Order: sequence, then C-alpha cells, then structure tokens
Amino acid sequence: MGSITLKQVTKNFDEVNVIKPLDLEIRDGEFIVFVGPSGCGKSTLLRMIAGLEDTTSGNIDIDGQDATSTPPAKRGLAMVFQSYALYPHMSVRNNIAFPLKRAKVPAAEIEQKIASAAKILNLGDYLDRKPGQLSGGQRQRVAIGRAIVRQPSAFLFDEPLSNLDASLRVNMRLEISELHKSLKTTMIYVTHDQVEAMTMADRIAVFNAGIIEQVGTPLELYQHPVNRFVAGFIGSPKMNFIELKQTKEDGATCLGVRPEHFQITTDAGIWSGKVGVVEHLGSETFLHVQVDGIGTLTVKANGDCPLSYGDDISLSADQSKILRFNDQGITLPSKGNQ
Amino acid sequence: MATTHSRTLAQFMLFPSVVLLLAWMIVPLCMTLYFSFLDYNLLSPGTEEFIGFLNYEFFLTDPAFFESFFNTLLLVGGVLLITICGGIGLAILLDQAIWGRNYVRIMVLAPFFVMPTVSALVWKNMLMNPVNGLFAHFATFIGVDPVDFFAQIPLLSIIIIVSWQWLPFAALILLTAIQSLDREQLEAADLDGAGPFSKFFYIVLPHLSRAITAVILIETIFLLSIFAEILVTTSGGPGYESTNITYLIYTQSLLQFDVGGGSAGGIIAVIIANIVAIFLMRLIGKNLEG
Amino acid sequence: MATNSSSKSKVIYTLLAWTISAAIFFPILWTLLTSFKTEAEAISANPSLFMFDWTLENYRDVLERSPYFDHFWNSVVISVGSSLIGLLIAIPAAWSMAFVQSKRTKHLLMWMLSTKMLPPVGVLIPIYLLFRDFDLLDTKLGLVIVMTLINLPIMVWMLYTYFREIPNEILEASRMDGASISAEIFHVLLPIALPGIASTLLLNVILAWNEAFWTLILTAANAAPLTAFIASYSSPEGLFYAKLSAASAMAIAPILILGWFSQKQLVRGLTFGAVK
Repeated sequence: MGSITLKQVTKNFDEVNVIKPLDLEIRDGEFIVFVGPSGCGKSTLLRMIAGLEDTTSGNIDIDGQDATSTPPAKRGLAMVFQSYALYPHMSVRNNIAFPLKRAKVPAAEIEQKIASAAKILNLGDYLDRKPGQLSGGQRQRVAIGRAIVRQPSAFLFDEPLSNLDASLRVNMRLEISELHKSLKTTMIYVTHDQVEAMTMADRIAVFNAGIIEQVGTPLELYQHPVNRFVAGFIGSPKMNFIELKQTKEDGATCLGVRPEHFQITTDAGIWSGKVGVVEHLGSETFLHVQVDGIGTLTVKANGDCPLSYGDDISLSADQSKILRFNDQGITLPSKGNQ
Repeated sequence: MATTHSRTLAQFMLFPSVVLLLAWMIVPLCMTLYFSFLDYNLLSPGTEEFIGFLNYEFFLTDPAFFESFFNTLLLVGGVLLITICGGIGLAILLDQAIWGRNYVRIMVLAPFFVMPTVSALVWKNMLMNPVNGLFAHFATFIGVDPVDFFAQIPLLSIIIIVSWQWLPFAALILLTAIQSLDREQLEAADLDGAGPFSKFFYIVLPHLSRAITAVILIETIFLLSIFAEILVTTSGGPGYESTNITYLIYTQSLLQFDVGGGSAGGIIAVIIANIVAIFLMRLIGKNLEG
Repeated sequence: MATNSSSKSKVIYTLLAWTISAAIFFPILWTLLTSFKTEAEAISANPSLFMFDWTLENYRDVLERSPYFDHFWNSVVISVGSSLIGLLIAIPAAWSMAFVQSKRTKHLLMWMLSTKMLPPVGVLIPIYLLFRDFDLLDTKLGLVIVMTLINLPIMVWMLYTYFREIPNEILEASRMDGASISAEIFHVLLPIALPGIASTLLLNVILAWNEAFWTLILTAANAAPLTAFIASYSSPEGLFYAKLSAASAMAIAPILILGWFSQKQLVRGLTFGAVK
C-alpha cells in the first residue's frame, strides 16, 4: 500500500511562503515525478511528505491515515538523497542493514534481505567496502538498496541522478524504471530535468513558484500543456514562442511551435529567415533561424539536412500542432480540434 | 530547515552552554563594575563606601598607568611585527620543496607548545642570565661585555621571549594559508612574465591578507593579557619598565589589595579589549558568511 | 637545465630552512641537553653541546625532592578533566547550531566568541573573591571550573566547524531509516565526527595544560599544576639549571608530543575556523 493524499498543504519559511495551498492525489503503485525549475518548491514538498520539514497548514495522509505530524521514522517511507547520504563509517552491508537494525529485525532475516537486495542491485562484490571506495553509480545503488530492504510503502527520490555523469545517468534511469516495474511500489521522484520526467514517469506534476501548474501523463503534458510555462518546460529543445503583433479575435497573443513541428519549404511559408548556427547531431539537425521581427526560431530537421549558415529558408507549420496562448499565458483551444 | 520537534530539542541542547557562558561573563563583570565605584581594600574589610568615579580618576592619572599602557602597546606591537614578518618569511620558506620538510615544521612549531612559565624561565636563566647564561658566555667568547637583559632592556627581553612563543603560531597559520593558494594563479603570473617580487606583492600577499588579519587579531587578544612571562622574569620592573596593564591590575588588586582601584583598571582593560574584539568579530563574521 | 637550477635552489632552501628552524628549536634542545648535565657543567663558561657526562640525576632529584609528581597529576586532572566536561557541554550545543540553524545561530556563535575576548583581569577580582568565599582557592575543582568555562567557546566553535562538514542529508537519512534521536547521535553523528571530536579534545588539553594566568593566581601548594609549580623556580632555585631543565623537560614533553599530532587542527581551532 502506498497512496499519499495532500490536502491544502502549504509551507512557509519564516515569513516567506514557498508552497501555496496545494492538493495532490498520489495513487498506490504509481511513479510520479515532480519537475520544475530550482526553487519551485518541489524538493520542499518531497521533504514535507518525508516528514523532514513541518507542514505549515493542511494535511498529508498516507494510506488514508493522517500523517501530517508523524515523525519521519514512523511514516514507513524510504528516501534516496541527491548526495546518496550513505553512512561513511559503515560498510555497504551495514549501511543496508541500518534501517533493519533500527526496526529490530532478527539477524538472520537481515542477512537474507541484504543478500536479495545485493542480488537485485549487483552489489554482491562490494558488501564489505566503505562508501568512500565506491564509484558514484555504486553509491547510488547502495542508497537504493538501503531504501528497498525496508519494504516501504513509498520511495522518495530527491534528484538522485544529478551527481552522476551523463551516460551513467541514462543507465540508472533505466534501472530505477525497471525496479519500479518489478516492485510495483509507489515512487515519488523529484528532478529538474524534464527528460528524466518524461522518460520515467507514469504521471508528471509540473511545479512553478510554489504551485502545481499541471499534473498528467508525459504525453498529455507534451500535447496539451495548460499554459505557456508547462509548454515551455516540457520538450527539448524548448518550444518556440512567437509573439503576435495584434491580438487575434479569440484572444491569442502568442503562438507556440515545437521545433519538430516546423516544415522547411523553399517557396513561401509562413515565416522566412536566414539560417544561423547549424547543429548536426547525426540523427537530427537543429537549425537556429533568424526571422525578422520575431527573433531566433529553433527548427528540427532531418539528420542529413543540407542547409548551412546564411542560407535563406522559409518555414511553415501544421496548424493543428500550433499552440495558442492568451495574454495570461493560458492555452486556448487549438484550431485543429475545433 | 527542520521540524518544530528538532527545534525544541536544539534549544534544550544549547541551554547549558549559553547559561554557563552568560553566568561566566555577566556575573563577575557586573561585580567588577560595582567594585570599581567603591573604596574597597581587602586589608580593611567592612569600610567600603561609594566614591563614584574616583577610582577611575586615580587609575587614569597614575603615571604608572601611562607607562604600562605604553608598555602594553610596545609589547603587542613589537611581538606582532616580529611574528608577522618572521611568519611570512618562514611560511614561504617552508612552502618550498625542501628535504625533511616535516622535521623542519616540527622544530619550528615546538615553541608554541612550551608552557609560558617554562619558556620564560629557560630564557631568563639559561640564555639571558648575565653571568651564567649562554648569551653571556658567547659575549665573553667574542670579547664584548655581556648584556644584563632584564636590567638594561627588560621590555625588549620580554618581547623577544613572547615573540619566540608566538612565531610558530603565525608561521603555521600563514603556511596553511599559503598552501591553499591556487598554483595555477602563480603559473598564469609566470606566463605573464611576473618576477618573484611582483608575484609576492600582487598574488601571495593579497592571498594571505585574510590569514594575516586573523593572526594579528588573535595574537592581540592573547598578547594584551601577557602575564606569566612578566611575573617570572622581571615582576614588572625595574620600576614599571616592563609592567603592562594586565600586570599593573594584578599588583594593584592582589598585591596591594586595592579592590576598587583594581576593578576600575579591569573595566578599562575590558574597554581596550573590546575595541580590538569588534574588529576581530567583523573579520570572523565575514568568514562565516563566505 | 631547469632540473639543475631547481635542485640547486632546493639545496639552498633546505639549508636555510634547517638553519632557521634549528635556531628556533635551540632553546628547547638546550633545555633537554642541560637536563642531562651536572649542575657544574650546566653553568660552565665553555658549554658543550653533546660531549659531557650524561646523567639522570637531575630527574631523580626533581622527582624525589619535590612533590613534582603531585603537580604533574594536578596538570593532568585539570587539563583532561576540564576538556572532557567541556566536551559534554559543547557537543549538544554544537549539534544544535550545526544542524538546526536559525537566524540567531550566527549571533550566538559570535557572542560565545566574544566571551573569549574578555580580558581575564576584567573578572580577576570577583573570581578571586568568589573562589575565596566558596573555598575554591587552591583546589583542583576550582581550576577545572575556570578552565572549562574559558575554553568552552573554542570547543563549541571547533565542534561546530567539524559538524558543519557532515552533510545534513546523512542525519536525515538516518531519520528516514527509522533511527531515534539517540540512535542518530550515537550510531551516526558521533562516529562520523570522531576525528573532529578527538582533535577538539586534544587542542583543549594543550591549551589548558599551558594556561598560566588563572593557575598562577588561584593556586598555591595544593592544587598548583606544573605551570604554577615551575614558576617557583624563578626564585633562587632557578639557578640550579640542570634541575630546572629536568623539571621543564618533563612539563613540556607530553604536550610537545600531543601538539605534533594536532598541528592541523590547531590552525582551525585557534582561528575559530577562519583559516583551515
């Protein structure tokens, strides 16, 4: 079991309000990712769920029980920290055994649980080493091992991959996803990296300045962002925003076009401009196109795109894929769907 | 960044330290302040009476006060000058690639661990004694008259002893600071064609400025209160020639039993130390933020 | 070419460094050597560095004819006792300030530091009178109290800087792992901070061992530690150089050895963390 319900939760640090009244239902067994820019309150909310921070007002229910003022040790949650937070003076074995010893689990059972965690996480050869002798990825596995042996009702991950190098990050991302598939335990995962959010999450909650802008599956957020912030945050490279000179009759003041939704045409498209920097990635090409009166647009093209610096091009886009925002930044119903 | 529970606990854990230090600071200080307005001598107890600022007037107009104030300045200033200059030199030397650096370091550091009474006595008797001291033997050997250190140059002799004690401190701290200097900065300066002197004045010295300030201020706190070295060498004499403020207050309070006068002196010493302390707190406060 | 000139400068620097450090160390070496000489040789006008009849007689004399060992024991009790009591008081305070920071923490640390800057003469008379009235003059207990209080700010500061280096996340992890507050402190915080706590203890033993204001003023024959006892050699006895040297050598040897172990921590402790 591992459902967590947040009801009108707020957080103030001294006089500063960092989380505005917020409701969120986290379902048992789901992988939910909190994503947002730094300082948006996502880590604070995770720490409040963990019990490491007080909740200023509102309620946190875990499995239907009010846990708002339960100390962290009693919440039955496990957390994996950004710095891994391994105990440097204990061997890997003792690090993993620590929560079990605190819970007064019999020694034989502890041995057995360590053995199975070591098997899942490939830690068998390192059990008697100290954390200082391990690489970043191995430390990350130990931290996860320490979390899974307790069989918590939910796992909390606080930017767990941000200290790893890029290739390792991709591997660990997969491992955590696989772990979730096999354990089927609720996971709450905080990150500022929207790629991690998109690839791992069942549902994503996009945070901004202490509020949740939108909650939904990765594709919902990508296809139907509720506002300009979510549209700009999800997707890489970022969506292009084109400010309109005149407000349209439906109130649109700005258009949003993702780089992959442009079409490059030789004859008259909607926008024409000059190709600036060209980034060849092999599988695809990103063009930075200077358009008079609008600025730079990022355009995704095929990997074998022949265009180069200074070429004149013309761009168009599928009307149904263009997002339209009003002056509040709210997404307006798309024309294609009307 | 914590919960109410841990905050309450933290307050509770802080309590003993805060109460003890508060008592240690406030209670005696208030008593000193109170005594400083009394005509109070331990030899004639029961005759205390309030005399206002008379003790301060006596203390501040006493020629002995001026002499010992001046001596305090000379003692502090002299030792600072010797230890800072010597310390920078030693730090730079010990930072070079030399053989047996650890042994050199140990020898340089050793005097700091010698208790003040021992170092004062060793210097007084075995080195500076005008008849049997090593310096006297050496003077006779090269055919000059031995110096009677504590009769002829009492304050300078004490400055030499105290400098010997504090030079290791300055050298150690400055060495630690020099070792934290980014070597790439010096290499960049080499590429820019800087010579050893411009490297010292434009890179090393500015890098050391924080450590030098720390040494100056911390030494000053300890040097204002030099006591044992004076007690076992000159007892402040001849006359008041090697008496500093600390020693003057000691003689007034516990040798002449003038509680009132000694207290007034104590308050003045506190004021002087406060002026120094304000600067030190600023420095350390800045480092706290950084 | 480059290696040639750099090895040449290495020779010069090495010679220079050894000469200067030998000169700085000389008074201590001379004391050690004199402690093995006879009194006649000790004041000889043609002193010899090593070529003399080595004798242990001075050590025997000092230990037998004076209550040297009692004073040595006083030093041990006062320095170790005050440091241990200080640790007991300072560790909880440093824990609070390092891990449960508030806006007041910085001011509190500063204030603690400021008590260290109070010149001892500012409180000399009241402390003397209070000690007289409470029968604490010339007692080890009295000195343990004073030493604990004067070194408490340094202890809190040193421990604070060591604790600050322990990531808060490790303590939070232990809380998430179900550790009670005592398990958190005894199984996680203290083992990790042990090197820092040991250095703090060491530095404070050294400072208390060498403290020579309050020991000289508040003790006489009974509770005098070595700092005060050695001062009695300033009278005519001091002219017995060999015995003075033996007594001095025994007084400084333990601290010299401890001190060499704590060089690094010394910098941090004495600059209140301003230089590391």
